[in-house]
Amino acid sequence: MIQSANRKPLGLRLKQSNLIVHFFLLLFSITALIPFVMLISASFSTEVSFGKYGYSLFPQDFSLQAYEYLFNDFGQIINSYFITIVVTFVGSSLGLLIMSLLAYSISRKDFKFRKPLSFYVFFTMLFNGGLVPWYILITQYLHLKNTIFVLILPYLVVPWFVLLLRTYFGGLPTELFEAAKMDGASEWRVFFQIALPLSTPALATIGLFSMLQYWNDWWLALLFIDDRKLFPLQYLLYTIQSNIDAISQNPEMNMGIIIPTQGVRMAMAVLAIGPIIFAFLFVQKYFVRGITLGGIKE
Amino acid sequence: MQQPLVEKAKSAGTDSRNPSATRRANFRRMWDKNSTLFFMALPGLLLVFVFSYLPMFGIIVAFKDYKASKGLFDSDWIGLKNFEFLFGTQDAWHVTFNTLFLNSLFIITSTLGAIGLALLLNEVRERFKFMTNFYQSALLLPHFISYVIVSYFVFAFLNTDNGLVNHTLAGFGLDTISWYSSPQYWPAILTSVNLWKSAGFASIIYLSGILAINPEYYEAARIDGATKWQQITKITVPLIMPLIIIMVLLSIGRIFYADFGLFYQVTRDNGLLYSTTDVLDTYVYRALRVNGDVGMAAAAGMYQAVVGFVLVVLANWTVRRIDPDKALF
Repeated sequence: MIQSANRKPLGLRLKQSNLIVHFFLLLFSITALIPFVMLISASFSTEVSFGKYGYSLFPQDFSLQAYEYLFNDFGQIINSYFITIVVTFVGSSLGLLIMSLLAYSISRKDFKFRKPLSFYVFFTMLFNGGLVPWYILITQYLHLKNTIFVLILPYLVVPWFVLLLRTYFGGLPTELFEAAKMDGASEWRVFFQIALPLSTPALATIGLFSMLQYWNDWWLALLFIDDRKLFPLQYLLYTIQSNIDAISQNPEMNMGIIIPTQGVRMAMAVLAIGPIIFAFLFVQKYFVRGITLGGIKE
Repeated sequence: MQQPLVEKAKSAGTDSRNPSATRRANFRRMWDKNSTLFFMALPGLLLVFVFSYLPMFGIIVAFKDYKASKGLFDSDWIGLKNFEFLFGTQDAWHVTFNTLFLNSLFIITSTLGAIGLALLLNEVRERFKFMTNFYQSALLLPHFISYVIVSYFVFAFLNTDNGLVNHTLAGFGLDTISWYSSPQYWPAILTSVNLWKSAGFASIIYLSGILAINPEYYEAARIDGATKWQQITKITVPLIMPLIIIMVLLSIGRIFYADFGLFYQVTRDNGLLYSTTDVLDTYVYRALRVNGDVGMAAAAGMYQAVVGFVLVVLANWTVRRIDPDKALF
């Protein structure tokens, strides 16, 4: 039945009930995308038209002023971009390696410490010491405040990602590992040359999640970074906005803080989103499988 | 030097007479077999220990008069004083109420939204693959955007002077509203933002549940003349009900934890809005970083961690009784 429906021309396939479904889905999709459109159109508006019309769905005029300003001003913005890229790259690749090693070993059914170590890792999803002891540990004992490491280390192992990876590794056929070991391959070799290549969908999904976590992070910077040289991109965007709030509530406070114009701020936000959309489109096909992984457990 | 040799000889020859040597030999063998896998796990285990387990011991700070100069161990014990202070104010009840109330709104709206989207997507997915892909991507996108950017979005809609909403209101000759100083609107605003950000992502889980339903049910129903609506209400929804219950229970398990980014960034940490938007996580953060009241922050944090833990365990226990495969532990 489905096949015969497929062969009909589009007009016949679009029955009335289908039209209603498409109408709603289109409406919701547009709702999801509208803020992005507004942001982009604000970034291309001139200050004059922005002052006159405010935020709108479509640009009232077209100018590249904001972007020119951004590319000419190699100051804070370029620096923050650099910090974010380094943190994202180092954090997600190192994290992916450490998490897959951990997940692989506790997925192996013949691993003696599998049960206690799994509990050890996943218990942290249920209970934690809360913000304060964690904050004191990092600032007073590990002395990581205002270092780039504090932007990387806390997110290297995320129990939830380990759980997803473990589920995936657990589904690989054990015979493969045994056969390879019979042929004299070491555990390390089995991991790198058999388990990893077979797990591309899981690694792509978790890799993307981990990249996004680093790219989008402002929380660690909010807590631990005062040094402007180490501001990541999202945190820079946050401080600009909160400076504006502070000044609008308290105008005499403005002592030489340079506030970028509305258009420049929007252009910065566009540049902060751009790579996400790119990465998202790139690994989108693995997603649905990746997200639903957690449901399967042995 | 003699000792190991003797032991080896004993264990090789007369195992049963020296149980401790046997145990040692067994352990040795077991360790040789498992050590590589253990070393593979080690870096991850150490990181978990440092960033998750050490702070658990640090929870004692809630019972201390913490002074940074004295450090965690040498600060004075003050028993339950911090907790007395915390629950002596209206704040504790107030932020607990906000956390529970807003999270309940979020659970209800995003569950219904996600199920609705999954049902809609399911209707068109077979014959309109391309469009389905487009819808899914568009609906998923908000999930991947940081709350800093989301706060830019919300500001574009709601700011008093040149936001889209006030412009539109003015265009119709209506009074504009100063959104960022009107707390009464914020439960609705935050619920909408949360729905916008999370429904698409959650719908994938429900859609995969629908895909797992045996297509024969629908064929049989069609032969008996069931309408689309009847198929949805009589087949699809009842069959994904266990999944819905499990997802809701798992969210209820997390109801004591608020999404800090949503409450801090989207409201722009605006004091005028605290009456309806201040939740446990923002309260703890402010007590620690803005007011510098470490003891109070730690007490509130521990209150959240303990009640949160009890709820997660209860929720998991219930989930386990419905479907052991879906439980976290």
